[in-house]
Amino acid sequence: MENKIKKVDLIFEKVDHLAILDKSFKRTSDEIILDVIDSGLRGRGGAGFPTGLKWKFGKNEESDQKYVICNADEGEPGTFKDREILTNVPEKVLSGMALCGKAIGATEGYIYLRAEYNFLLPMLHEKMKEFNKQMKDRNFEFTVFVRSGSGAYVCGEETALMESMEGHRGEPRNKPPFPTQHGYLGQPTSINNVETLVFALMIANHGPKMFKELGTFDSRGSKVFSISGDTPKAGIYELELGMSLEDFVNEFGDGDTKAVQVGGASGFCVARKHFKETLIGFEGIPTGGSMMLFNSSRSMFNILHDYLEFFEEESCGQCSPCRIGCQQLLKGIEAVKKGAKSPLYLNELQKLSETMKIASKCGLGQSVGNPFNSIINNFREEIIY
Amino acid sequence: MTRIEEFVKEQADIHGRERSSLMPVLQAVVQSERFLSEDAMVAIATELDLSTADVYGTASFYTFLDTVPRGKNIIRVCKTITCHMKGKDAIIATLEEMLKIKLGDTTSDGKFSLLQANCLGWCHKGPVMLVNDEIFPEITPEKAVEVVREYLKKTK
Repeated sequence: MENKIKKVDLIFEKVDHLAILDKSFKRTSDEIILDVIDSGLRGRGGAGFPTGLKWKFGKNEESDQKYVICNADEGEPGTFKDREILTNVPEKVLSGMALCGKAIGATEGYIYLRAEYNFLLPMLHEKMKEFNKQMKDRNFEFTVFVRSGSGAYVCGEETALMESMEGHRGEPRNKPPFPTQHGYLGQPTSINNVETLVFALMIANHGPKMFKELGTFDSRGSKVFSISGDTPKAGIYELELGMSLEDFVNEFGDGDTKAVQVGGASGFCVARKHFKETLIGFEGIPTGGSMMLFNSSRSMFNILHDYLEFFEEESCGQCSPCRIGCQQLLKGIEAVKKGAKSPLYLNELQKLSETMKIASKCGLGQSVGNPFNSIINNFREEIIY
Repeated sequence: MTRIEEFVKEQADIHGRERSSLMPVLQAVVQSERFLSEDAMVAIATELDLSTADVYGTASFYTFLDTVPRGKNIIRVCKTITCHMKGKDAIIATLEEMLKIKLGDTTSDGKFSLLQANCLGWCHKGPVMLVNDEIFPEITPEKAVEVVREYLKKTK
């Protein structure tokens, strides 16, 4: 059988990060940004905003002080690739931040690391000191700092993360204004996922052509996947985007895969009958990298229950649709399971999840409907009986 | 000055007295004391010129900034989906029996608190637990007991 899964090695490839930076510092901001735009790179944290455009918006802002933030608040259930990237190639992450700094005209960069990864701090502090010195030696004004989270999933949301860095509760802000205009401490800020920054560095190294030759029209390049669940090959893999879920399951499944959760708890659950037509990428189902496989021994009720418990605990409580919605969805499926509510009540709950999608303030409440509806629609009988 | 006031002052000297210094100061106190006592929060509010309610409001938002007393060692077992599938319930049951406490409680000698946590980011190596800042992937009930015994030896 032809192997349709293409493994790629850009993120973990050993490179001379300082040589890439030296080369890039001789170029203009516009040249760097144009390469990133040309490559088609989109944010690797999940939302998928075109990175080059984000940098261009940042550059176009007039300000004495701009910031680069590396979002290392990786909290999406099923995602662990940023930890692996930070552990193995921290220099490349730091260099990606400096590249972004050069592109938008920022002199300070912050890594916001989730508290669950505090064991990385001693190493990161050391790398940071070394890197800051290397930048100083090059007369390039850019200093990196590391900040820690304290166990709040919602702080992965970019504006909540900035609230947290400013010493407040991690409650998302209204958008607009977007962080590119009004970010950390009210200054223009370019906030990027760990993996995105490394890809930007690799695009600066190899040029945009090699990147855009990979993947599909809307999903250029490769992506680091975090693969877990019922699979004999759990782990981290960098794969070309645009594969079908069927090919993915043929490679990573255990022969009994009944469903795959694409994009973590806030992503979509795809049932076996849809594997063939489902494409992994922005044209199909996008993912921040999380792929969780479930075999036929798993109860989809338990899985949905776990997700809803997670969202109910992690909702910041600021806006009512999300705060109350998460509780009611959880209570609702429990009541249906116990027979306290009729199975038709699931339809009401689905309407509620639609309301949450429209009315919630941030991505957390807006996306709870993704797992909820995809599981209910595909496995209704497992929720009821 | 009490011991905690002195500690908070030291931390404010290191991290600054800006609003954006609040998280690092709160984190330093939790790192050292394992939780934020009322006295600690009052001291932080005074040192950073904030209202105590504001300090409490910020701290109580974050799971890792406990405002109730915790043991010298905090065990957090990951409860999210993959770790659930791979047997976190057995780990918790074993630790509850060993420490003679229920989930969420602290041992009477104040040495251990047993908690659950949302996804710790080790789904390919579940089940996992975090003891303070140290991570233990692919644990079994037997390994969990061993780890806690090691911590018991280290904790006076």
